[in-house]
Amino acid sequence: MTAPSDMKNAAVALNRFGLGVRPDEALPADPKAWLLAQAEHYEALPPAWAGQPPSASLVMGYVDYQRELRQADAGSELALRQKLRSQSQERYRSAVNARVESALSTPAPFAERLVHFWANHFAVSVDKTPIAALAGAFEVEAIRPHVFGRFEDMLLAVEHHPAMLFYLDQVRSIGPGSALGLRAARANPARQRGLNENLAREILELHTLGVRSGYSQEDVTELARALTGWSIAGLPGLPNPTIPVPASIPTPVRASTPIPVHAELVEARPTRQQQQGAFAFLPLLHEPGPRNVLGRRYDQQGEAQASAILQDLASAPATARHIAGKLARHFAGDTPPAALVDRLAETFMRSRGDLPSVYRTLIDSPEVWTSAQSKFKTPWEWTLSSLRGLRLRELRGQQLAPALVQLGQPAWRPGSPAGYDDIAASWLAPDALMRRVEFAQRFAAQAGSTVDARVLGPQLLPGGLSEATASTVARAESPATALALLLASPEFLRR
Amino acid sequence: MSSHPRSRRHFLQFAAGATTLLAVPRLVLARAATERRFVFVIQRGAADGLETVIPYADPGYARLRGALAIDPSLATKLDGTFALHPALVEIAKLYGAQEALFVHAVASPYRERSHFDGQNVLESGGSAPYEMKDGWLNRVIALLPQRSGEAIAITPTVPLALRGPAEVSSYAPSALQQAPDDLLQRVQQLYAQDAQLHAMWSAAMDARGMAGPALRQNPTELGQLAARFLAQPQGPRIAMLETGGWDTHSAQAPRMANQLKALDAMVAALRDGLGAAWADTTVLVATEFGRTAAANGTGGTDHGTASAAMLLGGAVQGGRVLADWPGLAAGALYQGRDLQPTTGLDALIASAAGECFGIEPQRVGRLLFPQVASGKGLPRLLRS
Repeated sequence: MTAPSDMKNAAVALNRFGLGVRPDEALPADPKAWLLAQAEHYEALPPAWAGQPPSASLVMGYVDYQRELRQADAGSELALRQKLRSQSQERYRSAVNARVESALSTPAPFAERLVHFWANHFAVSVDKTPIAALAGAFEVEAIRPHVFGRFEDMLLAVEHHPAMLFYLDQVRSIGPGSALGLRAARANPARQRGLNENLAREILELHTLGVRSGYSQEDVTELARALTGWSIAGLPGLPNPTIPVPASIPTPVRASTPIPVHAELVEARPTRQQQQGAFAFLPLLHEPGPRNVLGRRYDQQGEAQASAILQDLASAPATARHIAGKLARHFAGDTPPAALVDRLAETFMRSRGDLPSVYRTLIDSPEVWTSAQSKFKTPWEWTLSSLRGLRLRELRGQQLAPALVQLGQPAWRPGSPAGYDDIAASWLAPDALMRRVEFAQRFAAQAGSTVDARVLGPQLLPGGLSEATASTVARAESPATALALLLASPEFLRR
Repeated sequence: MSSHPRSRRHFLQFAAGATTLLAVPRLVLARAATERRFVFVIQRGAADGLETVIPYADPGYARLRGALAIDPSLATKLDGTFALHPALVEIAKLYGAQEALFVHAVASPYRERSHFDGQNVLESGGSAPYEMKDGWLNRVIALLPQRSGEAIAITPTVPLALRGPAEVSSYAPSALQQAPDDLLQRVQQLYAQDAQLHAMWSAAMDARGMAGPALRQNPTELGQLAARFLAQPQGPRIAMLETGGWDTHSAQAPRMANQLKALDAMVAALRDGLGAAWADTTVLVATEFGRTAAANGTGGTDHGTASAAMLLGGAVQGGRVLADWPGLAAGALYQGRDLQPTTGLDALIASAAGECFGIEPQRVGRLLFPQVASGKGLPRLLRS
C-alpha cells in the first residue's frame, strides 16, 4: 500500500515532470530516483523517429523543386506549387506524428518533456517556407542529441542547422566588405545587398542572454557581421563550397535575390568537404576583420569567429539566469520562486552549462514538489496526457497535427522565434477552454465504453482527484461523457 | 453510471439548476448603453509604416529604399507628401469618403527593438516592458456605462491588451463539431468550485450563443465575424483582432502587398458587416514599432522605431494624414537608422478612445497610460 505523500510525489514526477500517467505503467516507487535515471533510458533517436528523412536531403529536395519551378512554364507552375505544398504538409504531419508517438511510448517522459522545452526555447516556426518540412529534422538533429549534454553544444548545433539558418534569414546575409559584397556593389551600385541581423538579434535576445540584459544595437550588428558566411551548401545563387561552377552556367534569375556567381570567386572555396544541403561556411560572404561584441574583441578568421562569440554567450551569467528562469517557470509556476531561479543559475554557471547538473538541482529543489498544481497545461501537454491516459502508444495513421491546430497550439508553429508562451494567461481563455471540452468529448467517444472514468480518475491523478470532480464524473449519464469530464476536469487541465 | 439508480435523479436536479444558471445572464442583457464601437487591430511583427503610408515626396524615401521603394504613380496619393500602398484599395476608398485618418511617425514609449517587449508596451500601456500587468483596452471598459456588453477578442485566447479586471470574452472560429448541451452543462458544474475556470467557461458559453455557425479563419471571415458580434444590439462595443506576419526581414515587396491586401479585406468585411453601425465605429490599426528607414541587404527591412497608425470608420473625421514629419534626411533619423517618432501612440489611443466614448482625452490618457507622461495633445480625430 502506497502512503498518500508518496502517491503525491509520484503524481508530481509523472504529471509535472513527465507527460502524464499511463495507467498501464506502474507508479515509480522512488519518484526522485526515477527522474534522475531518465538520462539512461532516454533515446536520442527513438523508434518513432527512425523513418524520418535527414535535413540535408530535405533541403536539396527543396532546392530541386525551386529549380523545377524556375524552368516550369505557366501551365505546369501551379501543379508544381501544389505538389510542394502537399509534400511539405505530408512531411510535417508525419513528423508531428513521430513526435507524438515518441512522447506516448517513451520510457523517459521527463526527457521527452525536456526535448519539447528546448525545441521551444530554440523555436523555428513552420509558417515560413521551407521550415514545414524541416522542423522535425531540426529537433532530431540539433535538439535531441544535446538534451543531456552541454548548453553550448546545443546552441552551436542549433545555430548551424539549416532550419534555423533559413528561419532567421541567415543564409543570404552578406558582409558588405566581403568579396561577394564588394563585387555586387561594383556590378550594381544602386542595388543594396548585405547584412541581415535577424539571427544575430534573436541569438542575443532569445537563445542566450535574454532581452534587456545589457547588449546594444551595435552588439547585434557586430554579431551579424561575424555570422556572415554561415549558410548552406548547394543553394542556388550562392557560391558552392565543393563543386567548381563553370562560368558558362547561367545565374538563376527566378529567385527573388539572385547573386551573380563568378568562377574566379568560387575557386576560393574551403577545402573541407561539405554535404549538399547541410551547413557550409562560405568565405566569400564573410565580413573580414575583427569584431567587438559586449566589449570583447574577436580576431578569429572565418567560421571560428562567430563560434567563439557563441561559446562566450553560452557561458555568460545573463544566459544562465535566462535559462534558469525559463526552466523554473516550466516546473514551478508562472512566477517561479526567486530562490529556485538563483539556485538553477548558480548550477548552470558552476557546471559551465552542464544540463544534467542543472536538472539535478531542479529535481533536488523543494519548490517543484509542492502538490498545488501551479501550471495550466498547454494544449500540447494536455493532448499528450489525454492520449497517454487512454493508453495510446501508436496513432495508427490518425493525424494529430490538425487537432493541435484546433486546440490552438500547432506543433512547431509558434509564429515567432520566441516560441510558445509558458504561462497560463496565454492558454486559458474562453474559446480555448471550449475547444478542450470538444476534444475531450472526441477522445472519449473514440475510447468508447471500454474505459471506466471512475476507475481511471484516481489512476491518472494519484492522490489528487477532488471529491467534486469524482462525483461529477460518477454522475454522468454515459461512460463517454464521464471520460470527457475527467479529461476536462480542473485537476487534469493543470499539472 | 446508468447502472447506478441514483445518478439519473441527480442529473435531472442538476440539469434544472444549470439551465437557470445559463439562462440568467442572457435575460438581463438589455440593449447596450452606448452605440459607439471601438475596435483595435494589432499588427504583430512591426509593420513597416513607410511602405504603408509612403512619404513619396521626401527625397530620402527613394534613396533609402532603393528597389523596395513603391512607385508613387502606382500608389494612391493622399496629399502632397504621402501616398497609400496600392494594395489598400478599400481603405483608399474610405480615405476618399473621409472615413480614414493616418497618423505617421508614431510610436509607443518603447525605444528598443524586441518584438515581444514592444508588443508588451503597446498592449499594456506601460512606459516600459512588464511594468503593467493588464492591458489598456481592458481599462477602456471601465470608462463605459454599465450594461455595455462585454468586450470580445476575435482570437482563441485573450491578448494582453484586453486582459485585466473587466470580464472579456474571446471567440475564434472552430471547425470542430460542437459538444452536446448536456456535456456543456455538466462542465459548468465541474468548474463551479474553480473561480478561474468558472469565469472562462461562462464567457465561452455566452460567446457561443452569439456567434452562430462556425467560420474558417480568413481575413474577410474574421472581419465578418467581428461585425456579427459588434452589430448586435446587446453585443460587445469593444473588440480586438490580431494580425501577424509583418516582420518582413526579406522579400518585403510581395509580403507587404499580401499583408496589406489581407488587412484591407478584413476592414472591408467589418465595414460591410456592420452596416448602419459603421457610422458609430472607430477602428484603430497599430503595430509595436516600425522598421528601418533603409532597406537591408536581403530585400527587406529590420526592426526600427516609428511607424504609421490608422483610424478607420464612419465615426472618424478622415481624409487627413496627421504627421509632424521628421523627414528621412540622414541627420533626422532616430539613431541614424529609423524614422524619428514625433507623435505618441498613447496620445493617439487616448484621444481616439476618449472621443469615441465622449470622455475628455486627458482623463482617458491618465487612466489608460498612468505610467506615461502626457505629451502634446492631438487635434480632434473623430466627428463631433
